[in-house]
Amino acid sequence: MLKGRNLLEPMDFSLSELEEVFDLADRIIGDPAKYVHACDGKLLATLFYEPSTRTRFSFEAAMLRLGGQVIGFSEPNSSSVAKGESIADTVKTVACYADLAVMRHPKEGAPKVAAHSTSMPVINAGDGGHQHPTQTLTDLLTIRRTLGGFENITVGCCGDLKFGRTVHSLIKALSRYKNVKFILISPEELRIPDYVRKEILIKNGIEFEEVRSLQEALPKLDVLYMTRVQKERFFNEEDYIRLKDTYILDKAKMKLAKESMIVLHPLPRVNEIAVEVDEDPRAMYFVQAKNGMFVRMALIMSLLGIEG
Amino acid sequence: MLVNSIEKGIVIDHITAGLGAKILEYLDIDLNTNTVAFIMNACSKKHGKKDIVKIQNVTDVNLDVLGLIEPNATVNVIENGEIVKKITLQVPETVTNVIKCKNPRCVTSVEANAPHIFHLIDAENREYRCEYCDEIVSMKGAY
Repeated sequence: MLKGRNLLEPMDFSLSELEEVFDLADRIIGDPAKYVHACDGKLLATLFYEPSTRTRFSFEAAMLRLGGQVIGFSEPNSSSVAKGESIADTVKTVACYADLAVMRHPKEGAPKVAAHSTSMPVINAGDGGHQHPTQTLTDLLTIRRTLGGFENITVGCCGDLKFGRTVHSLIKALSRYKNVKFILISPEELRIPDYVRKEILIKNGIEFEEVRSLQEALPKLDVLYMTRVQKERFFNEEDYIRLKDTYILDKAKMKLAKESMIVLHPLPRVNEIAVEVDEDPRAMYFVQAKNGMFVRMALIMSLLGIEG
Repeated sequence: MLVNSIEKGIVIDHITAGLGAKILEYLDIDLNTNTVAFIMNACSKKHGKKDIVKIQNVTDVNLDVLGLIEPNATVNVIENGEIVKKITLQVPETVTNVIKCKNPRCVTSVEANAPHIFHLIDAENREYRCEYCDEIVSMKGAY
């Protein structure tokens, strides 16, 4: 039962609970009209302490398409946060008005502070370079709908694996399925953090390799998860400029990949996937974005305890 | 060197030489008001050298702090000049407000009232994970 729960990181839900959310998302995709009044009278608070268009729009669209309403702020300077209010106090106040809250924050663990402060369900919509579990739901739903499941697959994660929170969340989530292998493609400076390597991959005996070459990895992959090198995560701009163009996926490189491989990207992209790749049927990133809205609809309904 | 025994209080013995000052710092004992003997580099049959801390009239020190920094130390509680209790230390599973997260991206760097919570992930290497940002710290080193 997911009613009243939080989603702060992918492991908060069991595999069967995840399946429950994905099954509901599939039903919504199949007949969206059936759900247009599912959340009538319910209010979602979107607390975005960091700029975001797609995640915020995705959540707002999800709630509005369910018949619910949305309040919130999209940058902290327009709220009491600018006056120095703590996260805990902001959330306690919001809980007086809303039925559930979505939080994005530049600091890692901020949604956990929020969840500790209230009994209202809190959804982590990205906390710094840490976790982004609803993006993971989006990624998993897209893999499930295109490959049919998560077992016996090789997943390549490419780009900024250090600050790429979507990668951390995805590895965490996929580590629970049988025979998933990871090929982690990044420059030395942007390798996955220790806690992902030690606590998730090594601890669970998951097969993985860390490599530099995208070309060498491509033929082995069932899923290629591309990420953007994020300017906002660097303290030093020189490092960003040096690393930002390390990997660019183009038509020529796609020829090295399996016909059945899918390309995912949490978006927005800058230049790590050439626009020419968009017409390749294996490019699934815009389908993925649409799935994001549907899976968030399923999540909102589940946390509010609305049957569907 | 002669240091008098204490009538009532606590003796923390077999501290790895060099760690005594760190223990005093983490125990947060007020050195202005308490009577404290801190012996550095005392002779030890087992380890060659050791540190010893004696605190008079204080018996309720934070054992989690001791287990975190020096789980091999021995703790003797003294009453009327006699040892009334020997405490075996354990590496604590969770510590709250003992160590601070050094990750500048962690929410605890901006949310003043959030408790600093760390969970044990590797007892042998005394590695802990921050509740909020998952940063790993080792208490075996010079944290």
